[in-house]
Amino acid sequence: MVKVINAENITLSYSNNETIINRASFSVDSSDFIFVTGASGSGKSTLLKALYGALKPKEGSLIVGGVELFGVSRSKLNFLRRHIGIVFQDYKLVKEWTIEKNIMLPLLINGYDKSVIDNQVESLLKHVRLQHQVGKYPLELSGGEQQRVAMARALAHNPIIILADEPTGNLDEYSSQLIWNLLESANEQLNMTIVVMTHHIPEYMKVNYRHFHIDKGNIHEVT
Amino acid sequence: MRSLKNHFSLIIALLSILFSIQTFVVIQRALEAYEQNLLKNYSVVVVSKNDIDKNEIMLMDSSIVDVEKLSPDSVIKRLNTGINSKNMELLKLTLPRFYQLKLSHYPSPEELNKLTENLLFNDAIMKVESFSKSHNTIYKLLFLFKNVILVFALVVVIVTILLIFKELRIWQFKHSERMNVMGLFGAPIWLSSAVLFRLAIVDALISSLFAFLIFSYLSSQKFITDEFLNIGIDVVVFDKIEDTLFLLGISIIVSIILAVMIVLGHKEEA
Repeated sequence: MVKVINAENITLSYSNNETIINRASFSVDSSDFIFVTGASGSGKSTLLKALYGALKPKEGSLIVGGVELFGVSRSKLNFLRRHIGIVFQDYKLVKEWTIEKNIMLPLLINGYDKSVIDNQVESLLKHVRLQHQVGKYPLELSGGEQQRVAMARALAHNPIIILADEPTGNLDEYSSQLIWNLLESANEQLNMTIVVMTHHIPEYMKVNYRHFHIDKGNIHEVT
Repeated sequence: MRSLKNHFSLIIALLSILFSIQTFVVIQRALEAYEQNLLKNYSVVVVSKNDIDKNEIMLMDSSIVDVEKLSPDSVIKRLNTGINSKNMELLKLTLPRFYQLKLSHYPSPEELNKLTENLLFNDAIMKVESFSKSHNTIYKLLFLFKNVILVFALVVVIVTILLIFKELRIWQFKHSERMNVMGLFGAPIWLSSAVLFRLAIVDALISSLFAFLIFSYLSSQKFITDEFLNIGIDVVVFDKIEDTLFLLGISIIVSIILAVMIVLGHKEEA
């Protein structure tokens, strides 16, 4: 199995020097579906930031998609991010762009042709059941719909890994289930590696997943 | 409508900057024209015991650009009461020589004193008439105008800087979300800031166009040109090619600086 993420003794902290994650080691294989749980403030979002390079490890080695994030350059980080899809609890959509433009963003960054982009956006809108909302802006949609747009954007460029931070935290049961189904199908059908930070793991998950738990700065796998 | 609103705030800021700059330029031009006008009607008269070469006088001070020997005929004519021509020629030879000096610029009282000193250094020169009393009054008035304009320019610069910083904060707020999101998906800085630069250039073009229309209209108004003609000067209020290019340049530079500052000041959320 190819290791998509490999962390060895990583320490994560912000500028106030308070250690959030302390000398943690773990690895994630290609096509794994990972849940990372922990109480509020335990460091789930901090770990996620480290995984997409927004927070550099203070110590240790963190390799994501073959890129060492300890002391990574901006250009290498951009290269890595072009192969990652990210979903946030607060969606992080560009409000002044239509939903199609939001979805096509990773494709534009990766330099796809216009015809490919148009086809991909159309098929993704169908996949997330938003084809009837074409031309609308994010704020014209419900929270669940905005998160589906964010999911479509995360899937658009066929990333090797999808990182999700509390993707259903603000959603009702119906929308939550849709998001989990989308993540499951991305893992099962497209072999994408999925890492989800969440408070709790939904009971109806059918996919075989691994479960990491963060407690007092330590990360351990729950078996 | 949404797009127009996005453009409007910067266009207004840029337009006020361009308006202030062009107003300053026009006043500066008027002042320069007025100074030239004063210089045209101003000269220093030198009285000498004997003939001095024009070039020799010009070498006495670098501000002298032309020397004209004044003919004594008009003075002699007034004295011509029964004097025969032989005596008249003799009288002409005994009269002092008068020279009118033209200067390169309208001198300050200090420069005028220095010029008088330099001229009197030559033994042949008996007197230098610089009409200093009326010169000093006019010069002080001109100096006051210049200072007022300088203060005005300073105020414009301060207001401009404040406007730019206000706009900078608005832009930073407006564009940081998009730049952050683009950064999350690996967009290089030139791509995530491309919209910003495009907006900056478009706004610069629009504000220059508005400035062109406003000043073209104002320069075609008779009452404005008449105001200048009344004080004896002819000023170009707005040169449609030169001034438009100047304002366009200023506008593009200001908005590009604004965009660069936003890009440099942008920090990824962590």
